Amino acid sequence: MAITVRIPTQLRELSNGASELSLEGKTVAEVLSQLEERHPGFAARLHDDQGALRRFVNVFVADEDIRFLQGLDTAVADGQTVSIIPAVAGG
Amino acid sequence: MAHVLGLRCRECGRDYDVAPVYTCEWCFGPLEVNYDYDAISSAISRERIASGPASIWRYADLLPVDRGHAVDLGAGFTPLVRADRLAAALGLGEVWVKNDTLNPTNSFKDRVASVALSKALEFGFKTAACASTGNLANSVAAHAARAGLGSYVFIPSNLERAKVVTTAVYGGNVVAIEGNYDDVNRLCAELAGTYPWAFVNVNVRPFYAEGSKTLAFETAEQLGWEAPDHVVVPVASGSLLTKIRKGFDELHKVGLLDRPPAVRVSGAQATGCSPVATAWLEGSDTIRPVKPDTIAKSLAIGNPADGYFALDAVRQTEGGLAAVSDGEVVEGIRLLAQTEGIFAETAGGVTVASLKRLAEQGIVGRDERVVVYITGLGLKTLDAIERGSDPTATIKPTLDAFHEAFDDIEE
Repeated sequence: MAITVRIPTQLRELSNGASELSLEGKTVAEVLSQLEERHPGFAARLHDDQGALRRFVNVFVADEDIRFLQGLDTAVADGQTVSIIPAVAGG
Repeated sequence: MAHVLGLRCRECGRDYDVAPVYTCEWCFGPLEVNYDYDAISSAISRERIASGPASIWRYADLLPVDRGHAVDLGAGFTPLVRADRLAAALGLGEVWVKNDTLNPTNSFKDRVASVALSKALEFGFKTAACASTGNLANSVAAHAARAGLGSYVFIPSNLERAKVVTTAVYGGNVVAIEGNYDDVNRLCAELAGTYPWAFVNVNVRPFYAEGSKTLAFETAEQLGWEAPDHVVVPVASGSLLTKIRKGFDELHKVGLLDRPPAVRVSGAQATGCSPVATAWLEGSDTIRPVKPDTIAKSLAIGNPADGYFALDAVRQTEGGLAAVSDGEVVEGIRLLAQTEGIFAETAGGVTVASLKRLAEQGIVGRDERVVVYITGLGLKTLDAIERGSDPTATIKPTLDAFHEAFDDIEE
């Protein structure tokens, strides 16, 4: 088992067009770190200069916004899905 | 033709061509329409506007759409009424109500939907879609029907019954999502990457949002080409507030206002969903998302896309933000109805109650010319004021029965 990471259309050029990747990690931070190792370029797009998530990037674990959980330290379990989604929609 | 140079990221300034895209590929910031203001200044005039239709399309020079493609149910050019009785009740001097309940589907969303669907036709889309707290659902379904487009409207499953009925009647697909608006929104952001639809507030959002500027354009025109001193605007995603401010600035930029506008911009939220007001009250630069719990469902966006820009606008113009309880929302609905004869939905109750709060705090001043934006009709949210809305008396059809029930009337 592994973690499924859903990639938004805006970033699929970095994942060779893949909309989903299978990665490993115990926290969101670890999963995103492995994402950067496998597909260099993601970190610069997702994080600001201080290493925090950019303010218009939302990350969900099992459909819950990680800002309601423990942010980048949120635990992820085998079989769960991590979604990266642009924040600017709706209203 | 529209006077548009392209799209530009509000966050990092990168430029993009006109296309159904909405976020910067680099930083995920929102894309905004970049106009050729010199060309607009040359084309536009007060006379040209006055000779245009009595709708948002009189300001077509300042909208990102070619006029010939307009999907038009007649949105906009709603009354701006002087509200002296409301002003007196709140201890204020000069208050005006922009009555946007009088749009084709009875909310301000007809402005943005008309622009978005017109743009969708230009892009060649065959289907319109949206994430909605109800008012946009009505409007997209209606405008799609008018344009002969298919529609998929996504709403939270706990939406008011009236808003479901007033969407379904137009015949498109209404998809109720088991979750709150933010869940609906997240799903739509993912669907927009999958289906070739014009999601008005996702991939067409940069164009869609521009429609809200017409509320500022009309206000200034109806005040004799003057900007007000202070506006009070309901805040859900924060887009409306941000665009109303932008609208006043644009009017000066293209030469329609003689003086630079100095409009103070204030926002209204319900306590049960007040992420922007909370950040303002706490003096914080971070907007923390919330799980909404309020009767003001049309404002129940816990994760506001334009929250940061709305917060900036309020701070830069020295306005304020209020968060009011559901009880105050109901009182606000009744106060507006009983002083001015205008029946607003819950969002209007939030706005009136917030005006009251801001007046009490001295943030809205007695000497200011204030405009409040009433964005949706009360018939859409009857449940909210059900209690206390019974007949004054129920009697037999006889004079005696009437005299008995109303024995203190002077004849």
